[in-house]
Amino acid sequence: MTPSSLLSRAGPLLALFVLVALLGWLVPDFLSVRNAQGLLLSVTLVGTIAATMMLVLAMREVDLSVGSTVAFAGVLAAVTINATGSVALGVVAALAGGAAVGLFNGALVAGLQVNSLIVTLATMEMVRGLAFLASGGESVAIPAQRFYALGSGGMLGIGWPIWIMAASFALFGVLLNRTVFGRNILAIGGNPEAARLAGIPITRVRITVFVLQGMVAAVAGIVLAARITSGQPNTSIGLELAVISACVLGGVSLSGGVATVAGVIVGVFIMGAAQNALNLMNVPTFYQYVVRGGILLLAVVADRLRQTGRLPALRIARQRER
Amino acid sequence: MTARLAFEDVGKSFPGVVALDGVSFTVAAGEVRALVGENGAGKSTLLKILSGQYQPDRGTLAIDGVACRFDRPRAAQDAGVAIIHQELQLVPDLSVAENLLLGTLPARGGWIRHAELQQRARAVLARLGEAIDPATPVRSLSIGQRQMVEIGRALLREARIIAFDEPTSSLSARETDRLLAIIDELRRDGAAILYVSHRMEEIYALADSATVLRDGRHVTDIAPVGPADADRIVTAMAGRAIADIYGYRARPAGAAALRAEGVTGAGLRQPVSFEVADGEILGFFGLVGAGRSELFRLLYGAAPRTGGAVTVRDEPLAAGDPRAAIAAGLGLCPEDRKDAGIIPLAAVQENIAIGWRNRRGASPWLRARAEASGARAIIDTMRVKTASPATPIATLSGGNQQKAVIGRWLMAQARILMLDEPTRGIDVGARSEIYERMYAFAEAGGAVLFASSDMAEVLGVADRIVVMREGCVAGIVPRAEASADVLMRLALPQGAAAPSFPDPSSPDRDTIPA
Repeated sequence: MTPSSLLSRAGPLLALFVLVALLGWLVPDFLSVRNAQGLLLSVTLVGTIAATMMLVLAMREVDLSVGSTVAFAGVLAAVTINATGSVALGVVAALAGGAAVGLFNGALVAGLQVNSLIVTLATMEMVRGLAFLASGGESVAIPAQRFYALGSGGMLGIGWPIWIMAASFALFGVLLNRTVFGRNILAIGGNPEAARLAGIPITRVRITVFVLQGMVAAVAGIVLAARITSGQPNTSIGLELAVISACVLGGVSLSGGVATVAGVIVGVFIMGAAQNALNLMNVPTFYQYVVRGGILLLAVVADRLRQTGRLPALRIARQRER
Repeated sequence: MTARLAFEDVGKSFPGVVALDGVSFTVAAGEVRALVGENGAGKSTLLKILSGQYQPDRGTLAIDGVACRFDRPRAAQDAGVAIIHQELQLVPDLSVAENLLLGTLPARGGWIRHAELQQRARAVLARLGEAIDPATPVRSLSIGQRQMVEIGRALLREARIIAFDEPTSSLSARETDRLLAIIDELRRDGAAILYVSHRMEEIYALADSATVLRDGRHVTDIAPVGPADADRIVTAMAGRAIADIYGYRARPAGAAALRAEGVTGAGLRQPVSFEVADGEILGFFGLVGAGRSELFRLLYGAAPRTGGAVTVRDEPLAAGDPRAAIAAGLGLCPEDRKDAGIIPLAAVQENIAIGWRNRRGASPWLRARAEASGARAIIDTMRVKTASPATPIATLSGGNQQKAVIGRWLMAQARILMLDEPTRGIDVGARSEIYERMYAFAEAGGAVLFASSDMAEVLGVADRIVVMREGCVAGIVPRAEASADVLMRLALPQGAAAPSFPDPSSPDRDTIPA
């Protein structure tokens, strides 16, 4: 392997190391164990959803409704637990709600061939509305200690939210790289018509990916509700953009066909580390908006430059083909 | 006198293909020069160099004796060049007047001067003899009218050099006559005109001279040109070594593999019926727009079939479902390789294995080792030239991409191959290899459906030929009875005077086992 191809493959990982080293040097307490745990926890919401957003983007689609779905699922869990007293039923209701949103998106995008940007922009509004309607417009407290454990408990000293994010990365990474379904997602994103003529059941694949996205957003919504011990209808506004930024920063092409889970993990952590450092340095929130937007812009410009060949493609996943 | 337009030793190469190789000719002011050649002869590359879309690798292009180098389309326009494309380049929702003057809209201080716009548009439409209201949106015009708008645009820009690229392929007979009359008028006004067409009768009627290209080379110039030159032109277009690159081999046909009965759908004007047997190569010939690709898409389920039945080995085939077709043993290599054949960013191996891994009953887990060895075997048998199986397919030459797409269906063990223009834009060497694979596939008992607008190729490769004309089957001709003359008579629109075509393969005809 030539040094330049090594550099291009390790690009995002290298960028993360440089960023962490730089922040560790510049920002006091950045490299402390406590802060590392806090950083990990802070990226769980974006990270968990980024794994499935990677699939959606790789398929040349986009899903803007995830932020609303997070809120909707949290509210559904809270309302159901309040009504039935059963944590299990609450979780099931939230997952079903997320799956329904995904199915609705998928059916419109794949079945009726409506542009996913518009479909999910509409469902983003609708689902946010449903979250407010289900909650009566206010936060719904969850009177179940057992449920909170999902947010604050853990295993081996690592919190459940972090485990769930890791599981999401692992599951969808394997799905993308080791299954025919995953390769079909990339093929559809690369050239939908060629994929269809090659015998890929493109409608089924598209709908499935949107349903997975809805369910994973619901999982993230359940975990969030457990962490804040209530269902909040107005939470996670703008989350979809943070998730998309992280994916694009991790080398997922907005024009489809290119995605690696390792890249997305790095993208999530670059976003998280930047945010964390700004917090540690007590940078006011208003500036943080500007910085977040700047990072997104940087990511999109990088994507564009990669497409036009002015910047090497970022691939850190092992090449499986021999 | 210096020529208005002169090409001098122009050459252009793409990865794996020499598109133009030392082409030189001139067009004088007031001359209509026909540019003829088969598909892939280099006509479109030459027009793209003229229009500034491509830059030549060597040689020069001179206008009125001044060497020009157009590094972008705008530069060519400014030099007085206009190209009337097959696919028209108008904005459908703007009015005729706005389209005519797009880019040079009359304005004062940013505000459009509507009166002047209408008046200038009306003047140019009158000159073209078109009774179109300049306020009409272009969307509501016929193709012929749109072409007039495009020509009007060239007039308004005072183009001195106008190139027409297959302008009559989608025009009615009446519209064609109008167009030819207008081109004649442009000639009298002193424009230099390049006319690209496969319709010989138009060339005889209109052109002063003809330049023949073959495989990117300038073969000959004929001036003046007329019906008496038909022999020379066709021989020059096809070249002499026709039989050599086809290398036809006769083989016995087996039982019926696929039968179409009364198939209807988009692009077909009458129900289509035919049958292809195991071991048979069935050619589909027709002019542009005859419905060959549409028929293939209907059979394969890529487009919804509205009527009729397709049976594969006596089993009925579901309509509109490519997966059912693949399960029945079909494999389609579409006409538009880039848009419908390959996944450009994916590796060669992925592109080959994609059909196999999606076959009915395949494992949901990726079987990396089986795919790697299967794809490697295909790369070897199809002689796909690639640095490695992991190379993105978009970096390969067109011929190697096509071999990989055909190989996809060999790996998926298709029994009926549907090849739509498999050799378009592919160099001669790769073409021969593709024909060889077609024979081998048929000899192993497979059936091949093979569509092409290249008559010599269909005559050279097919066992039987279905000739299509305007969405209908005009006739089915066995190899022994097929000749260029027979095919052309069937393929030309009815009412058009069929010129007498000599058989391009006649010198070698008796060496071919029929």
